[in-house]
Amino acid sequence: MVEVIQLLINGILLGSILALGAVGATMIFGVLRFAHFAHGDFMAVGAYFALSVVTVFNLPVLAALPVAMAATAGLAVAIDQLVYRRIRRVQPVILLISSFATALVLRSLIQMIWGSSNQVYQTGIQLPWRIGPFTLKPDHLLIFLAATGLVITVHLFLTRTRLGKAMRAMSDNMNLALITGIPADRVIMATWAIGGALAAAAGVFLGMDTRLHPVMGWTLLLPIFAATILGGIGRPYGAIFGGLVIGCAMELSTLIIPGSYKPAVAFAIMVATLVFRPQGIIKGTV
Amino acid sequence: MDLAGLLAYGLFFLNLVGIYAIMALGLNMQWGMTGQFNIGIAGFFAVGAYTSAILTTGPSPTWLGGFDLPFLLGLAATVLVCLPIAWLVGRITARLRTDYLAIATIGIAEIIRLFFLNEGWLTNGVRGIPGIEKPLGTGNGGYLLIVTAFVALIWLLVEMARRSPWGRVLRAIRDNEPATAAAGKDIARFRLQAFVVGSCIMALAGGLYAHFVGFVSPEAFRPLYGTFLVWVMLIAGGSGNNLGAILGALVVWLIWSSTEMLAGVLPTDLIGSESAFRVFLIGVLLQIILVSRPQGMLPERRPPMPGEPR
Amino acid sequence: MSLLDAQGLYAGYGGVDILRNTHLRLGADEIVVIVGPNGAGKSTAMKAVFGLVPIREGRVHYQGEDITNRPPERMVTRGIAYVPQEANVFPSLSVLENLELGAYALRGDHRPRLEKVFEIFPRLKERRNQQAGVMSGGERQMVAMGRALMVEPRLLMLDEPTAGLSPRLIDETFERIREVNQLGIGVLMVEQNARQALAIADRGYVLATGENRYEDTGPALLANPEVAEMFLGG
Repeated sequence: MVEVIQLLINGILLGSILALGAVGATMIFGVLRFAHFAHGDFMAVGAYFALSVVTVFNLPVLAALPVAMAATAGLAVAIDQLVYRRIRRVQPVILLISSFATALVLRSLIQMIWGSSNQVYQTGIQLPWRIGPFTLKPDHLLIFLAATGLVITVHLFLTRTRLGKAMRAMSDNMNLALITGIPADRVIMATWAIGGALAAAAGVFLGMDTRLHPVMGWTLLLPIFAATILGGIGRPYGAIFGGLVIGCAMELSTLIIPGSYKPAVAFAIMVATLVFRPQGIIKGTV
Repeated sequence: MDLAGLLAYGLFFLNLVGIYAIMALGLNMQWGMTGQFNIGIAGFFAVGAYTSAILTTGPSPTWLGGFDLPFLLGLAATVLVCLPIAWLVGRITARLRTDYLAIATIGIAEIIRLFFLNEGWLTNGVRGIPGIEKPLGTGNGGYLLIVTAFVALIWLLVEMARRSPWGRVLRAIRDNEPATAAAGKDIARFRLQAFVVGSCIMALAGGLYAHFVGFVSPEAFRPLYGTFLVWVMLIAGGSGNNLGAILGALVVWLIWSSTEMLAGVLPTDLIGSESAFRVFLIGVLLQIILVSRPQGMLPERRPPMPGEPR
Repeated sequence: MSLLDAQGLYAGYGGVDILRNTHLRLGADEIVVIVGPNGAGKSTAMKAVFGLVPIREGRVHYQGEDITNRPPERMVTRGIAYVPQEANVFPSLSVLENLELGAYALRGDHRPRLEKVFEIFPRLKERRNQQAGVMSGGERQMVAMGRALMVEPRLLMLDEPTAGLSPRLIDETFERIREVNQLGIGVLMVEQNARQALAIADRGYVLATGENRYEDTGPALLANPEVAEMFLGG
């Protein structure tokens, strides 16, 4: 039982990282109608941006977080303007291939700029807290709180601001949004900015929890898509729920199967969703 | 490089072009002809390579070897092993929309890679399987004849399929699924068939690859080599066009090889890691093709279809 | 000067003209109905006017200004609102959010506009926090019209506003359309319930295969035996 609860704690941590990635991915999926395969690499880029800030200015990671988020948001918008915008009207599948290329370009840029070896934000070992039989690292609590704060911010943005409502509207019904006079280009830019910023946060948190590596984001892409599909495409709240479910399922699965097969668990849940309830738990839009 | 060196390099180069051309032909069956977005090519490629590696090598204490089958039987086995796997995958995913299929196939490829990485008793894990020999003691030159024969054979089969009534149905599904369904075609079945055939062609390429390189390890089946390059080849060559797929394999592998030379010339300080720089260049190249000439070098030439609009 | 004046429209998809020399004209306070058989190009005519289907030839003037092939957001800021036949609400958004988004393209305070819409559709005020996607067909139609009215349009275009509604709701919808018109808003609509629509209309157009066939006041068209026989089901 103790083991299960400990795994659940780990699962919620992984789940909140996945949720941040999935919220951005689901919004991009909903508004632009394509699965963005470079989303994991956005995470990695964000994590490395933060690393540069940490090493150059000698700042704590959380202080570097906003910088990394802003920089990744800018990068996401730039890539959209430079590449995706030009092929958006041709064929949605071409966007898929293109995002796959973006993923590789970003990853190789990381290797060229920051190198291929593992890196960490902070050397030294953090002493975990012991609460009864459970252990919890201070970083884990920090990650959980920061992720929750970001999710609440996104929630407020989506429900309280004009742009946020317009974003949900575009994800709901693209044609009607156009007819209503919602400026699609601006909403799309905002979607990329938010998606990029959230991915960066997820990457930084992942880096705090484990280490930085050029393929760190790519390995989480599959669980993020699984969370997106489970929660229903274009449904940010579904994505949060999906992220937590997938995160917990991946951790709990280590009770029965070897830990190296964790991605397979996410995949199995995703395939089951696609086969039995393709619209997701919360009915998605595409 | 002297003439002998150049010749040796040319043989090496052409062998790999041939192997990739076969994969591009397999992908053309799925994407070019049917519109199925498979980015799990590396998975089927790995299945073929490992099948052939395990079945044709001598006994070993660290992995499941010792079958010592001849080359051609090993190749036949790649198709036989891939068949049920591709059928199962296709069965589950045949009804999925393009983007879901893409996500699902990349997941399958990743799981296949994890399997080969973690099941050491079967595959020797991360250390891989060495000592896979070329048939009849051929060198790269003799092997090139074999590879070329396979390219020609697969091209012939795929091209015949493309012109057949079966191929026309696939194209009809790609271009207008509802209308094809309305015409009474069992879309899921045709899709499944195209997916299985394409995947088995990729597995066959995997078998040829294992014997050419002589060594397989999970590292060789990362999405970059197995999947991404093949996509670049097909898109650059012209999806839907089988000759385009082969031409794409030649040109892209030429570019890929020359990036190695370019990376060798440029100072390491500037580019950091050589392999990363090459990936970067090829990724940018694909983006440029997609933005400026998405139909590729040899665009598809479609026989007109009766009753087709336009 | 008429509010809307479309002359000699040729428009369609992928190089195939669905409209062939279509004319439409609408006075400032008029209700104008387009009727005709399926495939006559009624909906296409509305979409072409609103900039959703490219016009190959012909001009559209609104209040004397040429608005041919303008993008929809420009139409909205000029005071033209359009309600498509299907998928005309944002299903996962609340009624209130649907209405607020209607005024997205406009500056200023939405509250007075919102109050006006609630006056016309009191039911929407009651249900303003309801998700639009779970509402009945009739209520959704109200949300859709309410959304369009949020831009304070001079011209409201409705594509089959009564499609799929029960007879009681059809009557109510036409009643609402009359009320809207009495606020000084011109209404251009496509209707399958041609008899009822023509009964409240000032004028009507009969389209067939993209061409104008008849054009007259509502009562006159209803009384025209040829129109009745060919287009109103005897």
